[in-house]
Amino acid sequence: MAIKILTEHINVPGIETFDVYRKQGGYTAVEKALKTLTPESIVEEVKKAGVRGRGGAGFPMGMKWSFLAKPEGVPRYLVCNADESEPGTFKDHYLMKNIPHLLIEGMIISSFALGANKSFIYVRGELMYVIHILEKAIAEAKAKGFLGKNILGSGYDLELVVQPGGGAYICGEETALLESLEGKRGNPRNKPPFPAVKGLYQSPTVVNNVESIATTPWIINNGGEAYAGIGIGRSTGTKLISASGHINKPGVYEIELGVPVEDFIYADEWCGGIRPGHKFKALVAGGSSVPILPANLALTLANGEKRLMSYESLSDGGFATGTMLGSGGFILFDETSCIVRNTWNFSRFYHHESCGQCSPCREGTGWMEKVLHRIEYGHGHQQDIDLLVDVSKKIEGNTICPLGDAAAWPVASAIRHFRDEFQWHIDHPSEATQPGAVYRGEMALV
Amino acid sequence: MEDVKPQLLKVTIDGIEVEVEPGTTILQAARKIGPAVAPPAMCYYQPLKGSGGKCRACLVRVAAGSAKDPRPMPKLVASCLTAVQDGMVVENETSPQVIDARNGVVEFLLLNHPLDCPVCDQAGECDLQNFAFDHGKSTTRYEEDRRTFEKKDIGPYIQLHMTRCILCYRCVYTADQITNKRVHGVLGRGDASEIGTYIEKAIDNDFSGNVIDVCPVGALTDKTYRFKNRVWFSKPVDAHRDCPTCSGKVTLWYRGEDVIRVTARKNEWGEVLEFICNTCRFDKKKTSDWTIEGPTKISRSSVISANKYRADTIKPSFGQRLAAAEYKPIHDERDTSQLDIKQLAPERFAKVLPSAMEPEP
Repeated sequence: MAIKILTEHINVPGIETFDVYRKQGGYTAVEKALKTLTPESIVEEVKKAGVRGRGGAGFPMGMKWSFLAKPEGVPRYLVCNADESEPGTFKDHYLMKNIPHLLIEGMIISSFALGANKSFIYVRGELMYVIHILEKAIAEAKAKGFLGKNILGSGYDLELVVQPGGGAYICGEETALLESLEGKRGNPRNKPPFPAVKGLYQSPTVVNNVESIATTPWIINNGGEAYAGIGIGRSTGTKLISASGHINKPGVYEIELGVPVEDFIYADEWCGGIRPGHKFKALVAGGSSVPILPANLALTLANGEKRLMSYESLSDGGFATGTMLGSGGFILFDETSCIVRNTWNFSRFYHHESCGQCSPCREGTGWMEKVLHRIEYGHGHQQDIDLLVDVSKKIEGNTICPLGDAAAWPVASAIRHFRDEFQWHIDHPSEATQPGAVYRGEMALV
Repeated sequence: MEDVKPQLLKVTIDGIEVEVEPGTTILQAARKIGPAVAPPAMCYYQPLKGSGGKCRACLVRVAAGSAKDPRPMPKLVASCLTAVQDGMVVENETSPQVIDARNGVVEFLLLNHPLDCPVCDQAGECDLQNFAFDHGKSTTRYEEDRRTFEKKDIGPYIQLHMTRCILCYRCVYTADQITNKRVHGVLGRGDASEIGTYIEKAIDNDFSGNVIDVCPVGALTDKTYRFKNRVWFSKPVDAHRDCPTCSGKVTLWYRGEDVIRVTARKNEWGEVLEFICNTCRFDKKKTSDWTIEGPTKISRSSVISANKYRADTIKPSFGQRLAAAEYKPIHDERDTSQLDIKQLAPERFAKVLPSAMEPEP
């Protein structure tokens, strides 16, 4: 039986209410933390757990917490990044909608550990109904004495605010999120200074993903070592995966890190296999921004071993043969998918969402989108493929925030692994532009 | 009590070591060495707080982070924002990776920037023109339609030609920091972003004209000067007046006897350190309004210096030295006796043309 940390009680009727959540053992971690632990010991437990940021970057959460500057007389803030809007990623939304008190419990513990007396949950503005669910849950928790002044008589005060975002993808980048939270245009800040030193209102701030924060109640109840015992290597614990595409059972699944990719795709417990009569062509393992992999590389490493659902295994071989776990937005494509069209679609998204602050991203994302559009619609030239590779290289690593990389990687990887398909579009424009036309040449289908 | 001087930090840029105070950025350290190693800057503007980091023109490679931690930085960094560390080693012009990134930035900036230098008022004093000259290519790989905008009057004296804008944000910072009635900023996102004013408002405060000076390209232009002249045909002169609003220190741009333009004075990096008021800029265009200080010092490499000669830069010996360097003896085997042409003796040139005395092969 697979272990569940975040979704154990998610199907219990009425779990979104305080009473039901409490009956299932909710808020016991808050009691334990506030009555028996110190902030420092909580940070230590999170460090021991080895939990890595679930927003996409995978940075160790405990280490991020320990970087927080603690100057005297300056407030500290915890901001929960719930601006999930990467195409293919919908796991935070699922968690907040179904079990909001888990996030609130995690926010109380994390805020206490960081010494924050006012914390924010920054939710994507389109998810207004989720915002209402969270606000209702916060009001319940406050009425029961788990938020507000002197929580459980511990002397600790916490105010929790839900802030709707403006609906821009860039506001999911932590510094752009802070700008937006301050009421300004959501442009990323140049780093350094990092938010841990100068974040919200120029005060030390930690920005964590919903899923990361939601793990803390379990860690406090069971100990960091127990959490570190789950998973594989430095990929500890469980991970929510939002699976979509041409699979039999799209949905959000909690897996123990280290499950083979093949098992995750074909097991009935999870994706339930590829849709009948079709073959596995390509995989985007961690949200649209990560490099796409052809089926054979998605299932096996370059050395022939099985690829696992973990940070290390998915990135094995760098971008030449690997990708990233990212945010866990698992999108599978069968042989009916046109990689060129799909890449153009992703590129269109990043072009639209670029904030326009720095020149490589502002101009480069639009350029890539237009060239891809041209190729897809049968007007591509032979030199366009190399042009796309070159433009993506000029963007990658040269922008203020990672949106430039996020725009460049899907294009570069699609050409790296599916160059034949781009070439076919250029060589056979009349054929490629037929409705539903897909390259059927040599490719590794599984 | 003695002043405690901060310990200076040693930083090496393109193999040249320089000592700077803590808190200095790589760009400032490079500028201290000189123009040869100073990275280009399209959005950074030293007097404006918060400027920099956007255009990515000044990216450099940090080959060694510091003496304590000599690991290189994984990515190129914006030199205008990155503070130096003691023992830092920076590669600017010496790094192929940096040059490649800069070539890319020029290409990106020119995707939507029209090459209308022949009719642009900024021609000759345009940062993008210089940047493209140093790092650009003569052709473009961009085939798509370029974005265009209608010209807008954003005040009685300023015209915004958004088509030329490279979104450096300098004018936004200027309006934000030196005026008390900011009405303009950046609207929209991505390559659809544009500089705009708040619902057809005009920029009409006392210092609004300074947005023209800080604009690195020809997007914001002086309506009182537009199409009056090419900058290399005008004669810049430093002047001042007793102004109750600003320092009154300006550059007057003459054509013949007429002052055709007044601007704030720029330093060698093209930055205004003292902003001037609109009265000085737009209303005082008579020589009698000003106390003339003398010719503005312009770099010899600038096109503004074209056709202008100064006693301290043009020496009489210059032409002779040039001729000496390029002298080549003519081997004419024709019989010239009938043509009444006499070859002068090489001894007559010996002093200024040593090569003339070289024995013929």
